Amino acid sequence: MNVQVIVKGKTKGALLVSRNPINFLGGIDKKTGLVRDENHDLFGKSIANKILVFPFGVGSSVGAYTIYSLKYNKRAPLAMICLKADITTASGCAISNIPLVVVPKRDYESLKDGSKVSLDAIKGNIL
Amino acid sequence: MELTKEEEAALDGKHGETLALAYRVLVAIGEATGSEKLIPIEWAHLSGVNYNTIGDAGEQFLSHLSKDTKFKVKTTVNPMGLDFDTISKYELNEQFIQKQQSIKDSYEKMGAIPSFSCIPYEIFELPKKGTHVSFAESNAAIYANSVSGLKTNKEGAFSALASAITGKSPRSDLRDDKNRKPNVTIQMKIKNKDELTYGMLGYFAGKVAGNSVAISGTTNLDKRSCKSLCAGMGTSGRCGMFTLEEGEGEKIDFDDKEMQNVRDELNTSESGDVITLGSPQLGLEEISDLAVMLHGKSFRKRCMIFCPRAIKKQITDLGYAKEIERAGGEFLYDCCICLTPLINKDNVDSVITNSVKGAYYLRTSNGVDVNLKSLSQIVREETK
Repeated sequence: MNVQVIVKGKTKGALLVSRNPINFLGGIDKKTGLVRDENHDLFGKSIANKILVFPFGVGSSVGAYTIYSLKYNKRAPLAMICLKADITTASGCAISNIPLVVVPKRDYESLKDGSKVSLDAIKGNIL
Repeated sequence: MELTKEEEAALDGKHGETLALAYRVLVAIGEATGSEKLIPIEWAHLSGVNYNTIGDAGEQFLSHLSKDTKFKVKTTVNPMGLDFDTISKYELNEQFIQKQQSIKDSYEKMGAIPSFSCIPYEIFELPKKGTHVSFAESNAAIYANSVSGLKTNKEGAFSALASAITGKSPRSDLRDDKNRKPNVTIQMKIKNKDELTYGMLGYFAGKVAGNSVAISGTTNLDKRSCKSLCAGMGTSGRCGMFTLEEGEGEKIDFDDKEMQNVRDELNTSESGDVITLGSPQLGLEEISDLAVMLHGKSFRKRCMIFCPRAIKKQITDLGYAKEIERAGGEFLYDCCICLTPLINKDNVDSVITNSVKGAYYLRTSNGVDVNLKSLSQIVREETK
């Protein structure tokens, strides 16, 4: 699968797939990486050390610092795959050196929760 | 994205680590939003000031950054977590106060104007219409685009910071006139409207709209309703602009049923221990209104009122502060409802507010229950 690279990097890991947008500031605990928004489909799950798949970020611009804090606290996702990269997520990943890619809708919908992939966000593909 | 030779050099680190980092952020956003080039901006408004939101990671990052960074354009900042003047009255641990001081010092060292306000559009003179700015605070970005005639994307904390350092931002999304045209219209079907109705409408609109949304069925908005709409919209979505006219494309009704859905999501209590007003912070006009509404009344409960320091002298000189304090109101400057450590589940179970944005963050971040009601309902039910 070809992807558009927003922030470069390479990683391997399991996909954690969400169909809901994420408000990083209110929705994710920056110390634990747990999703704490009860109305979110990932509620109670940890985004740490997963390849996080979600449509896009919403809400507070300070969510970029949440992404940076997750990295600092070693609870960040290995990488992020979005349908549309919003500015907060893109800038948060850029500062934190977390690979970020964008995929088209059909490919996005084919990504299965739990499956293990290898993401090359330099060449621009997922295997 | 095409960069000039000078920008390339900065990205490659030829002008230091800070500029390289700032350009790396701008390039990532440029790629994400399909921008072709960077353009100058005149004013950056930064979020990421409250220690509660950015934590130790953010505090250390800013402290390090401030060693050799000076902002290139006018830069203003969002609220902190506390009001240093009155903090001794609250039980807040010393560590929090020290970290907040460090963040404040870092921003000021880099040249930020110590505004500590989420309503820059109300307390600063605005540049001429069409000027590009870079506002990270979501309600301020939406207000700037929709009411003030300025152009900004709904920036992230680091994108606005990168703009403050470089004086630039990628030309994309709402900076491009063709993307400012709404492609969805929300039809306002609620008859009796107050600021809470508009806050819930904004929260609903944010979830269904793209970059820009049209709102029909309503023509003139007072400042309180308008700020409430912007804040609600900024909380739930990525939408950065609204217009009050029919737009092209899909039409979606905001009716009693949709409003009830939003209320069910955000209202988690039928009463509250404390009243909080001010997310976004209350400006001069709202404080003046509140003083009139409270004439001859007093709050039955504690009522915390969050304002920018910029209006403190005026509301004191005009007698509004005295009248509101007489009624039991408690003023806090430089901070706001969202993620203030002064409200937490150890000291409060539930909070009454008219702010949809406040409700979302009080529940998800401060961990307290929320009773949402309009300001007039609060005054009617919670004063004697």
